[in-house]
Amino acid sequence: MTSLMGNHSGTIGYSFSEPTSANVKQHSFYPYTDNGGSTLGITGADFAILAGDTRSTSGYNINSRMVPKVFKIGGDDETGEGANIILSVVGFAADGNALKEKLDTMVRMYKYQHGKSMSVGACAQRLSTILYEKRFFPYYVHAILAGLDEEGVGALYSYDPVGSYEREQCRAAGAASSLIMPFLDNQVNSKNQYIPGSGEGHALVPKKAEPLDKETATKLVKDAFTSAVERHIEVGDGLQLVIVTREGIEEVFHALKQD
Amino acid sequence: MPGFDFTNYNRNAALHAKGVPLPKATSTGTTIVGCIYDKGVVIAADTRATSGPIVADKNCEKLHYIAPKIWCAGAGTAADTEFTTALISSNVELHSLSTGRDPRVITCMTMLKQHLFRYQGHIGAYLVVAGVDPTGTGLYTVHAHGSTDKLPYVTMGSGSLAAMSVFESTWQPDLDRQGAIDICAEAIKAGIFNDLGSGSNVDVCVIEKDQPTQLLRNYMKPNDRPQKERNYRFPRGTTAYLDQRVISKEDMKKYVTIETLSGDDKITTGDSMEVDT
Repeated sequence: MTSLMGNHSGTIGYSFSEPTSANVKQHSFYPYTDNGGSTLGITGADFAILAGDTRSTSGYNINSRMVPKVFKIGGDDETGEGANIILSVVGFAADGNALKEKLDTMVRMYKYQHGKSMSVGACAQRLSTILYEKRFFPYYVHAILAGLDEEGVGALYSYDPVGSYEREQCRAAGAASSLIMPFLDNQVNSKNQYIPGSGEGHALVPKKAEPLDKETATKLVKDAFTSAVERHIEVGDGLQLVIVTREGIEEVFHALKQD
Repeated sequence: MPGFDFTNYNRNAALHAKGVPLPKATSTGTTIVGCIYDKGVVIAADTRATSGPIVADKNCEKLHYIAPKIWCAGAGTAADTEFTTALISSNVELHSLSTGRDPRVITCMTMLKQHLFRYQGHIGAYLVVAGVDPTGTGLYTVHAHGSTDKLPYVTMGSGSLAAMSVFESTWQPDLDRQGAIDICAEAIKAGIFNDLGSGSNVDVCVIEKDQPTQLLRNYMKPNDRPQKERNYRFPRGTTAYLDQRVISKEDMKKYVTIETLSGDDKITTGDSMEVDT
């Protein structure tokens, strides 16, 4: 019977979607996976902290409960001894490792060729270039680089996957970044906090952000992660804390909830 | 008109065809198990509810009442398990009243599967039905499409593989009450720790012949929240505001009735709201 409706699509009378030809089959390979997890960095007057959870996931599965996300860059040997720059990577773990290896090699080559350590600022620019090199097949990571600048002040740079970067006081990245970053805005940069009784309405004076000391910053990092663990399923198992000071790099691990 | 309201179906299909994503329901990641023993049956569940990768509820209840001696553990879309079990519970009670007999687990399971099959899997309820009735002990699984299983031990949800590994390695045919509770709790814990969709606490329900049914809410709490390092109380006046208006009690009386109670009067209040601590 001839249709008067002229309805050719399989759906209920819509012309939005045309039926696809059935014999054409497209095979595809998706080279990326999301390994979950979260990282976070805070700087102060004489230190920089990078932290990350140690869980690696794919889907609803846990690949490992102990995969560190923070690395020492430009050390003299495999242990990272002698390094003064640290890098955290979160997103696709394989790309994170590749990126770390590449940056580490670059920074070590610099030392051999120039006879001095690379500055954090220079390393930050180099990392941006490495990321942008792969503009059309990016490293699927959110990287954070930290160390002490030439004045000895804590320096922290955060990157998008293709190399756009910025120096900041603090930054959260990864799965729970949207949970942690607002907490950091409030507690580190004193956002949405005002000095009680300092005025009425618009005259109320905002609270000034004061530089944190190392102990306070460490506590903020721990609290940020224990909270992220409560509300994000991909964050947990362990917390890796790496702190750069003039004395060198200190690394500690803490337990997080395993559920 | 009984049943679901399909008024927005065409509009939503059109929107979806244009690329508008479907709304996200609270679900799915769950571990639920059940196991029979010599005199009865035990079911258990974890207490995490998720919405994508976010934990929506850290201590939700996944064990649902059907009849005094028939209970149901639910995985899948939270609203579907809630409403489906409530509907079947209602019908089971009416059926029991009309026949003058105690409800049977197999009746309940059949009503569930017929209801779910009619909706071709669109009602995303994955259930473990358990109970005791005049014919003995019953333990079934019901899938959203309507298929069922009858087994001595069962698991469902995203943590079902983790939980089943416990049953397959440690289950024995001659379990007693505590043995059944232990193996169920252990299976749920395997889900809690190895499946990201499951977490928090273990709920257990024990149903035994000639014994009141026991709902052991938070039977285990293996995931206590650690103490925070810092104190996050803000000094009064930290939050900005542009305007404030003080409404006197006299003015309030224009709109509502105000009754003043003396301090020593026993004030009757409702149950306090459940708050995450």
